Amino acid sequence: MKRLQTEIHEIETASELEKLVAENENVMVCCGRMGPMCIPVYDTMEELESERSTIKFYSMAFDSPEAAPIRNAAMCKGFMGLPFTVYYKNGVMVQATSSIQNRSQITPILDQHFK
Amino acid sequence: MDEIYDVIIVGAGAAGLTAGIYSSRAKQKTLILNEGAIGGQMVLTHEIANYPGVESTQGYSLSNTMKKQAKSFGADIKSNAKIIAYHLEDTIKWVELEDGRTFKGKSVILAPGGRPRSLNIPGEDTFKGTGISYCATCDGEFFTNKEIVVVGGGNSALEEAVSLTKFATKITIVHQFDHFQAFEHAIKEAKENPKIEFVMESELRSFNGNGTLNSVDIEHLPTGKMTTKNIEGAFIFVGYSPNTHEFKNLINLNERNEFIVDSDLKTNIPGVFAAGDCIAKKYRQVTTAVADGTIASLSSSEYLRNLK
Ligand SMILES: Cc1cc2nc3c(=O)[nH]c(=O)nc-3n(C[C@H](O)[C@H](O)[C@H](O)COP(=O)(O)OP(=O)(O)OC[C@H]3O[C@@H](n4cnc5c(N)ncnc54)[C@H](O)[C@@H]3O)c2cc1C
Repeated sequence: MKRLQTEIHEIETASELEKLVAENENVMVCCGRMGPMCIPVYDTMEELESERSTIKFYSMAFDSPEAAPIRNAAMCKGFMGLPFTVYYKNGVMVQATSSIQNRSQITPILDQHFK
Repeated sequence: MDEIYDVIIVGAGAAGLTAGIYSSRAKQKTLILNEGAIGGQMVLTHEIANYPGVESTQGYSLSNTMKKQAKSFGADIKSNAKIIAYHLEDTIKWVELEDGRTFKGKSVILAPGGRPRSLNIPGEDTFKGTGISYCATCDGEFFTNKEIVVVGGGNSALEEAVSLTKFATKITIVHQFDHFQAFEHAIKEAKENPKIEFVMESELRSFNGNGTLNSVDIEHLPTGKMTTKNIEGAFIFVGYSPNTHEFKNLINLNERNEFIVDSDLKTNIPGVFAAGDCIAKKYRQVTTAVADGTIASLSSSEYLRNLK
């Protein structure tokens, strides 16, 4: 069941996440709610999606039990702010950020890991 | 680039979106440029219960409806638009974006709103997202069974502190004055809550911890005495400042950096209007921003009519 009203694709299950990450070289997932700290990240991803065709942009509902692989990821340890935004390169989580991020904070991460 | 808009609106909060609805519905070629999240402060508000005609709604829903309305009348809305230069003096005004795009317009409505103030003290950047938060609705549950501080003494600080008592074991409100600047009912509710304590006439001086936040240093202002308080979280609600810094040498601002406007919301430059939380006024609400957006759009329509 979809829980987020955003224009980016939503991952609904842990197995979908696993498959997506396994089959794509560059993946960014924003795991959040429809809250004030999360919406700006979705908005930025929506824009970047049309500009960066080599990266897959997805959202996932933080409150879904299926999002446990992100909520419990080692890189997200100590995070206390939504959303948890994670980046995968060749199946491996290479970066994670907590709370609101703007375009000028996100693009250097994409440039660094997804060249 | 050569297309000329009738009106360029800077900011897509309640004021900018309302101006966009009115201008595009009046068949004016309307462009709305927005730097942050569409909806502005409305999306920061979990529940809006005082917008007339709507019993109660999520801020996100209200802003999404306004955005759809503006689009349905033909307004062009561009998000993540970072404007680096304004040329407002001539009859045809234009703005330059960071990515090189430029847009021309016959009139401009400035509705850049405000942003949460931060404390700018050591540790604040380090612990954002790992102990420091600006949104109780978003992050409250991460502080379940923890002791936290809330900084501020206005309506937001007191109301959010009360809502955080659902999660935290104890909340200390730290406020710089000896009284609160909030509605009586908000003060009463906070004072009656057994989980809330108050440290008045005091300011935070630093956030401390190793990886995660574990204490704050607080100065008692009248005596200068410093104390360290062990806590695991901090919520900061110290008000908003207008997003007008980039207009400093372009448009007349008052001592609080708010746009100076007349009752038609005209600024000192012909064809440039301002609306919403960024103008000099006493009350800042969605309803007042919406009213400003309406007036600015109607004033700009009159200006455009007189241009012809
Ligand atoms: C936590 C909280 C709770 C609130 N609760 C309520 C409530 O319950 N009821 C109520 O009526 N009011 C409430 N308010 C107040 C209300 O939200 C605001 O008064 C109103 O939304 C202001 O609208 P605005 O359009 O003037 O500005 P904003 O909402 O601040 O919008 C301005 C927009 O302009 C953008 N911008 C800024 N600078 C630029 C630039 N240079 N170029 C392009 N874009 C720019 C911003 O990113 C933003 O999107 C609340 C506010 C907060 C923060």
